[in-house]
Amino acid sequence: MTAQQVEPLVDISNSDAARVGRAEMMLERARWAATVFERYDREATMAIVEAVAAKAHEHAAHFGEAVVAESGFGVAAHKKIKNELTAHPLVDFYRDQDFVNARVDEARKIVELPRPAGVIFALTPSTNPIATLHFKAILALMTRNAIVISPHPAVRESSVAAAHALCEAAVAAGAPEAVIQILEHPTIPMVEAFMHSPKTNLILATGGTPMVRAAYSSSNPAIGVGPGNAPVYVDATAEITKAARRIVDSKSFDNSVLCTNESVLITTQDIEKQLKIALKSAGAHICSDDEVERLRRFLFHPRGFNVGAIGRDASWIAGECGIRVPSSTRILVAPIGRIGVEEQLSREKLCPVLALHVAKSRDAAMTQARAVLRLTGAGHSAAIHCRDEAVIMRYSGMVEAYRVIVNAPCSQGAAGFATNLAPTFTIGTGYFGRSSIGENIGPQHLVHWTRIAHNSDKGEPFGEYHGLKREFRGPLAHAPADGVPGAGAAQSPRHAPQSPALDGASKDELRRLIAEELRDLLRK
Amino acid sequence: MSQKKQDFLARSKEFWNPGKTQDWIDMGVDLVIDRREGYYLFDMDGQRLIDMHLNGGTYNLGHRHPELVEVLKAGTERFDMGNHHFPALARVALAEALRATAPGPDFKYTAYASGGGEAIDIALKTARHANQKRRIVSIHKAYHGHTGLAVKAGDHRFSKLFLSEDTNDEFIHVKFNDLTAMEDALRGRDVAAVIMETIPATYGFPMPEEGYLPAVKALCEKYGALYIADEVQTGLMRTGEMWACTRYGVEPDIMVTGKGISGGMYPIACVLITEACGGWLKEDGFGHMSTMGGAELGCVVAMKTLEIVQRPESRSMGQYIADFLRAGLDDICAAFPDFFIGIRQHGLVMGLMFNDPEGAKPVMKRLYENGVWAIFSTLDPSVLQFKPGLLLSQADAEETLRRMAIAVEQAREDVMGNRRRMV
Ligand SMILES: Cc1ncc(COP(=O)(O)O)c(C=O)c1O
Repeated sequence: MTAQQVEPLVDISNSDAARVGRAEMMLERARWAATVFERYDREATMAIVEAVAAKAHEHAAHFGEAVVAESGFGVAAHKKIKNELTAHPLVDFYRDQDFVNARVDEARKIVELPRPAGVIFALTPSTNPIATLHFKAILALMTRNAIVISPHPAVRESSVAAAHALCEAAVAAGAPEAVIQILEHPTIPMVEAFMHSPKTNLILATGGTPMVRAAYSSSNPAIGVGPGNAPVYVDATAEITKAARRIVDSKSFDNSVLCTNESVLITTQDIEKQLKIALKSAGAHICSDDEVERLRRFLFHPRGFNVGAIGRDASWIAGECGIRVPSSTRILVAPIGRIGVEEQLSREKLCPVLALHVAKSRDAAMTQARAVLRLTGAGHSAAIHCRDEAVIMRYSGMVEAYRVIVNAPCSQGAAGFATNLAPTFTIGTGYFGRSSIGENIGPQHLVHWTRIAHNSDKGEPFGEYHGLKREFRGPLAHAPADGVPGAGAAQSPRHAPQSPALDGASKDELRRLIAEELRDLLRK
Repeated sequence: MSQKKQDFLARSKEFWNPGKTQDWIDMGVDLVIDRREGYYLFDMDGQRLIDMHLNGGTYNLGHRHPELVEVLKAGTERFDMGNHHFPALARVALAEALRATAPGPDFKYTAYASGGGEAIDIALKTARHANQKRRIVSIHKAYHGHTGLAVKAGDHRFSKLFLSEDTNDEFIHVKFNDLTAMEDALRGRDVAAVIMETIPATYGFPMPEEGYLPAVKALCEKYGALYIADEVQTGLMRTGEMWACTRYGVEPDIMVTGKGISGGMYPIACVLITEACGGWLKEDGFGHMSTMGGAELGCVVAMKTLEIVQRPESRSMGQYIADFLRAGLDDICAAFPDFFIGIRQHGLVMGLMFNDPEGAKPVMKRLYENGVWAIFSTLDPSVLQFKPGLLLSQADAEETLRRMAIAVEQAREDVMGNRRRMV
């Protein structure tokens, strides 16, 4: 029994002092970890990153299942894939980028030194809890930051266990103690205490709009990302069978909890019939008017989206609505006559229900796609299936989205997993979406650069920076504990851990595995 | 110094303590602490000082720690000091919490005092009762406080003044780290207890040699003496464990905690007693009484203090702070090796050694001028007591080192003149 377990006679746990006190202790501990981490060289840093990625990969399946069991939604097998994608493939994507050493630009006579943000406070959502946790933790480690994670309460237990496992792996690989921490009992006032603390250097907010707005209102630097509501336009020039299959695959992936999933399918009258047939044969059920009304009433309550439906599969939802569908049904397609505030189904639906709107013309279709994002999801994602580049350009210039996914599943594509976009679980929604960043969030957003700028006058020499190495002192030696057996003498500074050399063969093997993962994903 | 401060110091001499007031002025430390917050003290003239003295660990968690302030305020809604004759909610709750942290499975009871000295007296009385012997062995230059028995166990400097030194040959002082002397003192089997500061603070934190403390405990067992651990300065996670004796592998029979347990907010000190030593609590529970001992508001604050120091963050911050400061101090040491000659350290308990019998005094003065408050060791003024807080921020730690390097260089010049450094 520890003192914590003795019932306090005077309970102050619900006071600001208690919340701020707890937050500041975690944040200052993180500050210490970040201070030490900044002393690490790139090799030591990457060795830690690799070790954490390996742990993330290893426990991907376990936490896929744990999260589905804890939250009751999503598809464990798909969660496993996401949890894995945010392990090795993520590291691989950024492997050649250096966020530790100086960059020398001879032409501009500028040298740039990366400076980590320091202490990152990161929120993770209920929808992609472990993948986002992996993602943010690995990004933080790549850039030598310390991170404090606040998990969504619905997936608290799994998130806490996953974060502890990652931290253990990091520390075993030589990282400073507590470089990854997790808030074990997140509450809204507690999260606010973290957000407002001057000890927080950067907030990485992924989650509901109120959380994101709170992050931006905190007075601390924040990267918050807004909700999605992706329109997908199938043009008459598209390969319709392929388009339909990709849309159904994407929409059913992890029961549509990725914020990049297609929300409203828009097409034109001339291919309506053909598209519906293709959707059906890809596993979609096209609802009748009556069924659409039932869906609408089930999914949208007077106070908003029915959270009980998030991440549930198509046949479960159909069952709840009294819609009879074969058990193999992968998504429900709800034809809607209009788009906008009057039509709830044109909003974001984090479940495998896809609205379908048939426009009279290509122009009308584009106007409607724009309207989808005006309603909600601005700055996020859009998709198009089309074989005419001019149409693609026009569509992309019209919709207020910072990524337009072409002839690919949007769920994965916008997150960088079926396209060559940066793989991410934090989609920058930029100025359209009231965010500070419009691209997929990556490690580059967690460092700023000190720029050493020389006189541009040709007469002033730039000097030789290439040979210079930054000074990295590595981990702190443990202070002696005089008189304690074995701890008496000051140890000489430990050497920074070296990354185990990957031989050519295992590198190839790694690449093969990654390629396989990605191909798998596309096939689904 | 402002006129206001001069006037104040005059009043301090007039009404409070003329000798002490003047002594500080003579040492170049004209400090009158006014506002305080976190690890900062603000002199009444406005100068900010980073507190590396902490009043011996009293401010281990910082000054006016917001959670302690909150719990004290909330506590006053329900409690006051309480009536010491009766079973009391807060006193029992704290005793239960302390028992859970005790440095051994045999600990059972907690007796309360209003300060460290009284707690030491309780510990010594408890040992005498349990052992039915009178003699007490302590360490040469020990410091356990100024009450009746505690002052006798300490250095004569404080007992002679009041004609209160031991005259019955009941208090024996032996050299620290000297097992032969210890065995000689115990051999007669007439010693009730050996009392040990786990690391003697006022003597400049000389560190116990490897195996010394466990050997003392073994000698106690061999000759029928009890072992009292004075953890007033060394407890509460300052060495990386709740109690420093644990770090050295000693399970005492009686343990005293004070200073930091109060959070610096409400006076309290505690004596943890094993079942075997607690006989008087059954035989005559009214045997020791103290109206303010174990005041219930103090208990409320102490429980919060215990909870905070046991958070995982506390342990790891303590480690980071100890490591970081050590690395920086090593650098300073290397820059002035003829003056700053060594570092004694166990976690956040540090003694900085200077190459002059009074060397810590000019360092203290120069640090004071440079915005850091750390005090020399009364019983060995060549050593500066350097006691960073358990929750010290990284920025303050770095700031302290920067100021330290400047002050040490200045103090070296004060002591050694402009002699060239032998680097
Ligand atoms: C080791 C030790 N024991 C006991 C005491 C006495 O405590 P108090 O001053 O509260 O009486 C002190 C005070 O400095 C101390 O340092």
